[in-house]
Amino acid sequence: MAVNARTSASDRPGGVVETAGAGVLGGKDARPAGSTGGRDGNPGGPRGGGPGRARGRDARGRATTWTRMKRERATYLFIVPGLLFFLIFAYLPLAGNVVAFQDYSPYWGIGGSEWVGLENFAAMFNDPQFMRALTNTLVISFLQIVFAFPAPILLALLLNSLISERIKRVVQSIVYLPHFISWVIVIAIWQQVLGGAGPVAELFSAIGIDGVNIMSDPDTFKALVVSQVIWKDIGWGTIIFFAAITSIPNELYEAAAVDGAGSMRRTWHVTLPGLVPVITLLLILTIGNVLTVGFEQLLLQQPAVGSAAAEVLDTFVYYRGIAGGDWGLSTAAGLFKGVIGTILVIAANKFAKRLGTEGLF
Amino acid sequence: MAALLPTATPTRGPQDRRRYPSRPVWMGVPSKPIQAAKVVTIAFIVLVMLYPFVYVIAMSFASREAAASGGLFPTSFSLDAYRSILGGDVVTRAMLVSIGITAVGTTLSMIFTTTLAYGLMRTRDVPGAKFVLVLVLCTMLFGAGIIPNYLLVRSLGMLDSYWSLIIPGLISAFNMVVVRNFFMGLPSELLESARLDGASDLRIFTQIVLPLSKAVLAVIALFYAVGYWNAFFNAMIYLNDTTKWPIQVVLNQYVVQGSALTSIQAPDQPPPPGQTLQMAVIVVATIPILLLYPFAQRYFTKGVLTGAIKG
Repeated sequence: MAVNARTSASDRPGGVVETAGAGVLGGKDARPAGSTGGRDGNPGGPRGGGPGRARGRDARGRATTWTRMKRERATYLFIVPGLLFFLIFAYLPLAGNVVAFQDYSPYWGIGGSEWVGLENFAAMFNDPQFMRALTNTLVISFLQIVFAFPAPILLALLLNSLISERIKRVVQSIVYLPHFISWVIVIAIWQQVLGGAGPVAELFSAIGIDGVNIMSDPDTFKALVVSQVIWKDIGWGTIIFFAAITSIPNELYEAAAVDGAGSMRRTWHVTLPGLVPVITLLLILTIGNVLTVGFEQLLLQQPAVGSAAAEVLDTFVYYRGIAGGDWGLSTAAGLFKGVIGTILVIAANKFAKRLGTEGLF
Repeated sequence: MAALLPTATPTRGPQDRRRYPSRPVWMGVPSKPIQAAKVVTIAFIVLVMLYPFVYVIAMSFASREAAASGGLFPTSFSLDAYRSILGGDVVTRAMLVSIGITAVGTTLSMIFTTTLAYGLMRTRDVPGAKFVLVLVLCTMLFGAGIIPNYLLVRSLGMLDSYWSLIIPGLISAFNMVVVRNFFMGLPSELLESARLDGASDLRIFTQIVLPLSKAVLAVIALFYAVGYWNAFFNAMIYLNDTTKWPIQVVLNQYVVQGSALTSIQAPDQPPPPGQTLQMAVIVVATIPILLLYPFAQRYFTKGVLTGAIKG
């Protein structure tokens, strides 16, 4: 995506234009054209091929893969540790999902446990607790898309409408802060302020309503979760919208104003259309994560509000699996979540491309 | 941050020269009710964001009497709560553990992230590099799930080891991409000529690439450091031995879940009120972030953008 390529290209020393355009996946390479295909211009000359130049080349005079690999052997030393890391800690556990098709017991391990086909999945869909976790997850996700997603856009528009740079900067510094704080600290702070012993409960009892504890009320819990997410990340979310707003040329506003558009219409017809690519992109990400709702956030609060209100897929997996030892079923639930999530991202991305935006990959 | 904000237009409204130094003529001055609404909204947002922090910090210093009387703000102050938790060994040890994990983790993450980013810079010259890059990028699309990760860590014998908090998240694919993009933005002639002069990759990496990339390295190091400091779930599931707990897990146990506070107090002193103690633990756990925040804020905003363009 090309949001503000300008802004950040200029942040970098040498802000090279050709690299700024290279996509991540399947992107063009940033090497200058002179060295393409490993022809004579290849800088590896002095180190590798050496005297046997003719030997390590194919019919068209190009270095064979083997020669190039030998020449770049030092580079592989840089790649191998990282590659091993991703193979072991990203791809190997992916294969570990076979537990979802087993009656897994830690004693027998993956090799010795009995294969049960899709039994775990069948049990999962017949499990009322799983269905409740799924429902809660979807409801919270929906509420977040409706309330938490637009919040930073509105804040960015509000801040953008301010003239004073200083106020803008001060407000930004304040609203970014909670993003850097862990969920444990956020929940702890909220408990102190909104919990039964905090100042808010005190205010309520001053007007005659006793025993208010917003933090442990299952009925309002979903609203609480969304509020916490907004509180923690509204500021952080504005950064990217701000950047997008900044890249809208001032002349567009001026022209709209000259044509008689007031500030609301300028926001609607100039600013918002300028934000559409970023909004689409972030929506793709949000939709892809529709089955992931603040795991730590909910895990931390579940003891206070109970599992009926606070059980989501991730907490279900944790309580059933790691805490409860029902490895097969919990892995099945995790796999279900992972597969649907990946499909959703890919589908949302395709859809975004069809709408004419760049998409994510 | 300044670079991201709209640049001030030189044109000025005639009547508002003083109050609105950079309002362009065409913009028009909003009506009084709208201005008032904006002021109220922003004041409200600032209050909602800041009050919890201010309240918790203030209450952590509240004296016994002030804590008992409650209210929106304490009236008299004491350091008893801090003396008590820092005199007991649970919080101090947890802080040391967290500092250690953050320091070691950030260092290792930086080494492995930058070396991989360097190795994957020249996908055209290095057979297989492109494939590795795609492998790494794909990990941003899916995660293996909680249980398989747990089973892996367990089968590697890392349960109850501090390594379980560092190694499984050693390299973030996102951070690696940000670093790689930065490296690729360096002047390629410089690297080419060093190569022609016979400099080894290690030398090019440590003496040219890294020194020229200090800005992005600072950003990424901050990303990692904040991540390690804030990490909670891994520590909770991988560490059964409570003496190894980092501060976030201790905070959860004694503040969020409300376990009896007796074990985190200094034994030989009269205990301050429980709530004050809890607030003090929150403050102690937050301080490192508050110290990093001024840098973080400046660099992170840039870092996010650099990543976002490529994202």
